Amino acid sequence: MQPIRTIESRTVVLPVTNIDTDQIIPARFLTTTTREGLGKQAFADWRYDATGASKSDFALNKPEAAGCAILVAGRNFGCGSSREHAPWALLDFGFKAVISTEIADIFGNNSLKNGLLPIVVDESTHAWLTSNPGAQVKIDLESTSIALPNGTTAKFPIEGFARYCLLNGVDELGFLLKQMPAIERYESAHPPL
Amino acid sequence: MTSKPPRTLFEKVWEQHEVVPESTDTPAVLYIDLHLVHEVTSPQAFQVLRSQNLKVRRPERVLATMDHSTPTDPDEVFGRVPIKVESAARQVKEFEKNCREFGVELLGLGSEYRGIVHVIGPELGATQPGKTIVCGDSHTATHGAFGALAFGIGTTEVGHVLATQCLLQRRPKTLAIEVTGKLRDGVTAKDLILAIIGEIGVSGGTGHVIEYRGSAIEALSMEERMTVCNMSIEAGARAGMIAPDETTFAYLKGRRFAPQGENWDKAVARWRELKTDPGANFDRVVTIDANNLEPMISYGTHPGMVVPITGRVPNVANDPVHSKALTYMGLNGGDALVGKAIQVVFIGSCTNGRLSDLELAANVLKGRKVASGVRVLVVPGSQQVKREAERRGLDKIFTEAGAEWRESGCSMCIGMNGDTVARGQYAVSTSNRNFEGRQGAGARTLLASPATAAAAAIHGKIADPREFLPH
Repeated sequence: MQPIRTIESRTVVLPVTNIDTDQIIPARFLTTTTREGLGKQAFADWRYDATGASKSDFALNKPEAAGCAILVAGRNFGCGSSREHAPWALLDFGFKAVISTEIADIFGNNSLKNGLLPIVVDESTHAWLTSNPGAQVKIDLESTSIALPNGTTAKFPIEGFARYCLLNGVDELGFLLKQMPAIERYESAHPPL
Repeated sequence: MTSKPPRTLFEKVWEQHEVVPESTDTPAVLYIDLHLVHEVTSPQAFQVLRSQNLKVRRPERVLATMDHSTPTDPDEVFGRVPIKVESAARQVKEFEKNCREFGVELLGLGSEYRGIVHVIGPELGATQPGKTIVCGDSHTATHGAFGALAFGIGTTEVGHVLATQCLLQRRPKTLAIEVTGKLRDGVTAKDLILAIIGEIGVSGGTGHVIEYRGSAIEALSMEERMTVCNMSIEAGARAGMIAPDETTFAYLKGRRFAPQGENWDKAVARWRELKTDPGANFDRVVTIDANNLEPMISYGTHPGMVVPITGRVPNVANDPVHSKALTYMGLNGGDALVGKAIQVVFIGSCTNGRLSDLELAANVLKGRKVASGVRVLVVPGSQQVKREAERRGLDKIFTEAGAEWRESGCSMCIGMNGDTVARGQYAVSTSNRNFEGRQGAGARTLLASPATAAAAAIHGKIADPREFLPH
């Protein structure tokens, strides 16, 4: 994985609470056996109408959304299914970070493992972001802070080991494989009945 | 002598599985006893193993089956006609190949033990108290009904477990949900969990493992406990657990993968130690009174948007998200739910696809007819459930009433296998999610119990199932 230090981009805002992973990537697209190419199906039922035509009033379809790498969404983003296709679809669409006041556990975990930053901010930072769509924002993973164009910065929490892996491009599977002596000791001490 | 401080059920299971405890720098390395694997969330994990030349470390700890994208039409299941959804057919093939190449036993399409992962784990006795159980599926919480620590993971983590039998995990917080009193006649486990989610909200459990406790929980059968734990994720929780007791042991005894003979006695002795010690602390406690609960139904687009069946759609002023949900559902604030016309009824899923669920629905449908114009799909949770239901004649009750009786699978709960609800149609569904498009693009889902679903099938409208209670 490529190391990540900062993400600087304009934002797209979806001010909807409880956006579930069935919205991010509907289940009918999960019959894929690869990770690639899911971006065109991200938010499919919100982006396209029943005939497959693009809905011009949907935030992600607006011309100013092109090239935006930061999605600002309402509370409890990514709830529901554990499908990792959700962060895969968002990354393939071009997002590198999602900002909300609360991010669902499994989605947050899956995002960290794919280099999509799940950023939880306080209510006032979030309120500013939702009322200023398109704002140029800088996320700094080193200092775990987000800088807004109005001059304010806000800290965000992120699990320390995940942050270390993201900053250094460390693969968690490689780390786990290095634990093999401890895993073997555990297994010999805990034989199955 | 210093004695251990009192611990919760969760803490005991967690601590027994720490290969390396967590530190400020690193999460715990947690050993996984049982890994359930299915066709949808595993292909990319097997690819990682292949690309790094890794093996499945403990194939004997993997239980593999196919359920999500598999058809429920018997001709497709048993290969008499091709699987209609072509991408699903390819996924099934790829899964067969992955299991074969990595030496994982697969309960595949032809297997008499196949079914929804969360139905077959318990029925085969692979799900046991005190185990850590994971699956690339958020409803893995189901297995917590046995006092296991069971939670959903993503595909990257599926790869981690396949390769190392371990996961990197931060210790979650604990939430006790104390359900006092007793469920009244006609109020089911599904109604209880919908009421709980309505109470604490769809993110009320985020960051927590729930332990369901109290007299109303202890009185539940294993299948009812599974229904409750299954929907823990709909409250945002990582897992839901219930302390193992005599009900648990009686359910497990003699099942295929349950310990046998002397090992059974040893296991039960160990399982008895798992329950939360008196005086142990939870990070949060919520109390719910079961005595006042009624059959519940959802009206919106997440499982926290629920009301008692006799209730009305809430009026919420100045809430664009609430308005968006009602627009999607074609409902207005103040509308009564009872009497609302529906077009589809789905009875099945990992939430309500077990034998007792089918019995609840059959008791209502017996000797009655499905309303004209209503499609009713009954999908057993596993092939074993299907056979037992047929032995008891439930299939006849359903088909004589006018319902379709299918092979097992996730079916219309997820709508990625050919079973879908059409745009704009209302479906009373015993599944777990009423998200927009969950049962098909534009489908409108009303979550309820099997009894409520069956009552709706007869009336062609949302109905109070208590009218069908035996007198």
